[in-house]
Amino acid sequence: MAGEGTGEPLLTQGDCARIFETVELAAKRVGISEVEALFAAHRDALTRFANNAIHQNVAEQAQWLSIRVAQDHKTARATTNRFDSESIFRAVEDAAALAKSLAPDEELLPMTGPEPVPSIARFDPATAAVSPRDRAGAVREAIAVVEGAGQTAAGIHSTGQTAEGIFNSNGVAAWHQETLAQFSITAMAEDSSGWAKAAAVEYTAFDPAAMARRAADKARVSAKPREVPAGRYTVIFEPAAVLDLVGQIFGDFSATAMHDQRSFLTDRMGTKLFGENIHISDDVRHPLQAGVPFDGEGVPRKRLALVDCGVPRELAYSRASAKRMGVAPTGHGFPLPNDAGEAPLNIVIGGGDTSLERMIESTEHGILVTRLWYIREVDPYEKIMTGMTRDGTFLIEDGGVRLGLRNFRFNQGIIEMLNRVESLSPAVRASGEEAFDMVVPAMKVRDFHFTEVTRF
Amino acid sequence: MRILERMKQIALDALDLALQPGMTYADVRAIESRERELSTKNGRPGNTASSESQGLGIRVIADGAWGFAATDDLTRSGIESAARLAVEIARASALAKKHDVALTPEDKYEAVWVSPCQIDPFSVSVDKQLALLLAVDGELRKNPGVTLAQTSLTFQRTRQVFASSLGSVIDQTRTVTGAGFEAISFRDDEIQKRSYPNSFGGQHQLSGYELVHNLALLDHAPRVAEEAVALHSADQCPEGRFDLILDGSQLGLQVHESIGHPIELDRVLGSEANYAGMSFLTLDKLNHLRYGSEIVNAVCDARLEHGPGLGTFAFDDEGVPAQSVDIIRDGQFVGYMTSRETAASIGLPRSNGTMRATSWTRQPLIRMTNVSLMPGQESLDEVFGGADRAIYMETNRSWSIDDKRYNFQFGCEIGWEIRNGKRVRMLKNPTYSGITTEFWNSCAAIANRDHWVLWGVPNCGKGQPEQVIGTGHGASPARFHNIAVGAAYGG
Repeated sequence: MAGEGTGEPLLTQGDCARIFETVELAAKRVGISEVEALFAAHRDALTRFANNAIHQNVAEQAQWLSIRVAQDHKTARATTNRFDSESIFRAVEDAAALAKSLAPDEELLPMTGPEPVPSIARFDPATAAVSPRDRAGAVREAIAVVEGAGQTAAGIHSTGQTAEGIFNSNGVAAWHQETLAQFSITAMAEDSSGWAKAAAVEYTAFDPAAMARRAADKARVSAKPREVPAGRYTVIFEPAAVLDLVGQIFGDFSATAMHDQRSFLTDRMGTKLFGENIHISDDVRHPLQAGVPFDGEGVPRKRLALVDCGVPRELAYSRASAKRMGVAPTGHGFPLPNDAGEAPLNIVIGGGDTSLERMIESTEHGILVTRLWYIREVDPYEKIMTGMTRDGTFLIEDGGVRLGLRNFRFNQGIIEMLNRVESLSPAVRASGEEAFDMVVPAMKVRDFHFTEVTRF
Repeated sequence: MRILERMKQIALDALDLALQPGMTYADVRAIESRERELSTKNGRPGNTASSESQGLGIRVIADGAWGFAATDDLTRSGIESAARLAVEIARASALAKKHDVALTPEDKYEAVWVSPCQIDPFSVSVDKQLALLLAVDGELRKNPGVTLAQTSLTFQRTRQVFASSLGSVIDQTRTVTGAGFEAISFRDDEIQKRSYPNSFGGQHQLSGYELVHNLALLDHAPRVAEEAVALHSADQCPEGRFDLILDGSQLGLQVHESIGHPIELDRVLGSEANYAGMSFLTLDKLNHLRYGSEIVNAVCDARLEHGPGLGTFAFDDEGVPAQSVDIIRDGQFVGYMTSRETAASIGLPRSNGTMRATSWTRQPLIRMTNVSLMPGQESLDEVFGGADRAIYMETNRSWSIDDKRYNFQFGCEIGWEIRNGKRVRMLKNPTYSGITTEFWNSCAAIANRDHWVLWGVPNCGKGQPEQVIGTGHGASPARFHNIAVGAAYGG
């Protein structure tokens, strides 16, 4: 546990290289010709508050070594968090024994060779060095803002660092480290609430007190929420709501999902599926993105133009799905063996030039949504999603936010929704709870389908 | 388990190191776990993997506030560092506290408990396990309409040694088995799916390989494949208000979402407000709210007597013995799930033992143990025949509920129109929705114990950082009156 609050590094690339020598030795001992090792280590801490006090406060340190062996068109994996020689030898033996039980898979490819993976600077020593007292201080300040507004605060402030590496017997040796800081806050008044969340490589990239003010303002403005009937409305989604809802579709931009005919893009690639103003890419190197620049086999991640002017153009390919389709892998494969194949993980939805304020001003009658919750797929091919609004749903009339509303349940096809986007704000890095962080704009959508109203 | 003899000593050493001046409480969980996952997809191997981990989590109260630190460095210096950090974190927590943490009293226990496991799943050869999966996979694909066949087996064994400053030392070993398969059919711009015996990877229980034998996976494959394909030709489930009959697995998830989560006292008191949400079951409703009709009885029961559930254990993760607690008695709301801290905060004399953590990396939270709807009196024929017209739904496909647990919507894989107790036509894309208390008050019939199954939900999420854990839910098929059906595909 050494290092929490000091910024002391986790597992280094040199550590991984040395451990991989033992992995290779163990593989030779059991007659395995191809071996791969994934390394993962993290040191994370999270300070949690509710009822205007810190109530949970945790830190964890863990590291993992996941070994894949391949022999005679068979492959299997064994994972351990013990890095001593005995444990490594045992993991290799376990993986070899599992592999031996399999029938040969003629589509299994030899392990990949090395390709250059330019590093991405996403490690902030100051964020890695944040201490429990530092987090408590920021939390105390945010609580004071909400308490000062006569409300109750709940939320989290987390900081941490991760390191990931992949080495294989064909010479792949890729490694990445990054830091992540998060702050989210819910401000609760008697019958209303407001929410804000941010995540960044550097903990100084956001201001917890300012976020507390935003959440408290939303709770204040949405007090005494009115019930309006379910139906189709013009809805303005803040970026976090866009990410949580539209973020549900990206697992389908997978060549394996297409091959399995479980993707909504089956028979739809290259057709005009969304509105002209929808442009979506996957770009691990985008300055607002996070994550590892190589995939689960060590292939460098490439930029993908997933949707261009409303037309789905490109898919993510692992090495196996790329071979099947006769194209080059894109560096989005999951660690082998797996069922899912691959997926884009660094989504960037192209923005527009309409500010959120301008969207509201231009709306005669509509609804502003802060956040969505418990989103699940109702129909896998039309991509109908259901879920709830939460923590700040407002009625817009005559170009202004007028009052708070009781929360809605929606049932809305995403294909239909992305054909009805009237305007987009500039894209920002957004953070929600239903999908991983993305770079997304706010969206104004006409005829969005709310089907029920809840009791608050 | 290769370091069985070490785990107890590690836990006791960690407890010694954690107990420092100014502290009022400490506990340690030292855990060793082992897992195996096997799957197939369209006749080819899918996931083929094993894993093991060891680590410990230290939880302390210092300066009247909580601190928790977890580490996989089980050397003396690693444990010392973790203990020191837990105390440092607790002291930082105290910078923003409103009052000192108080806990209900609890006795000291020394116990060793091993969950029942007739056939050790790790002793069954991988060859045999894969042969079963491939046989099921092949049977599904005999139906040419099945475009994707997937099968899976999962096994987990966890040994945990809990030691606390109360003097408790509790050594528990739990073996969990999961098994299931699904057939997916894509045709004419439509994806349909059937799963057996449930979605979410099938059935999951505190059991050995005997569960796999009991499920008779191969026997059910032809029917499941046929239904997946037949759904394309079925009528769309109508929209409107109908009497609704749910199978036991879907009703188990309904219990999970609309009874299990609302009764978590930490949620009621606001601890989860920023993420998982709160609950409509405010304290004034205890012993006053009519939760359901008079035939609705629900319990939270972690005891082995209740069955081999994912929430079955001998002691929870703060050293409180497993208990059975009435939640809804004859329709009346009578109980929450509690921890030592939350029970104390509302003046209860004792925790009812529902604190669990997903691994050594995380601190315990109030989690559903086995929250079950108790069986009713009716035969299955009476449940189905009690309404002139009803819609019957099987096997969950989608699930969603608001953050106070009022408004829910579920979708199922398959539906049937029931006339006078008989299935008259298959319905595709069935969904239903409602308000929790209105739904349970509309409960008109519950099938008897002959049809009651303790289902496992392996993927319940809660907490920050999030913890995904398995929960148990016993249920038998039941009928509900005048429920909103089909809104998800309507308008």
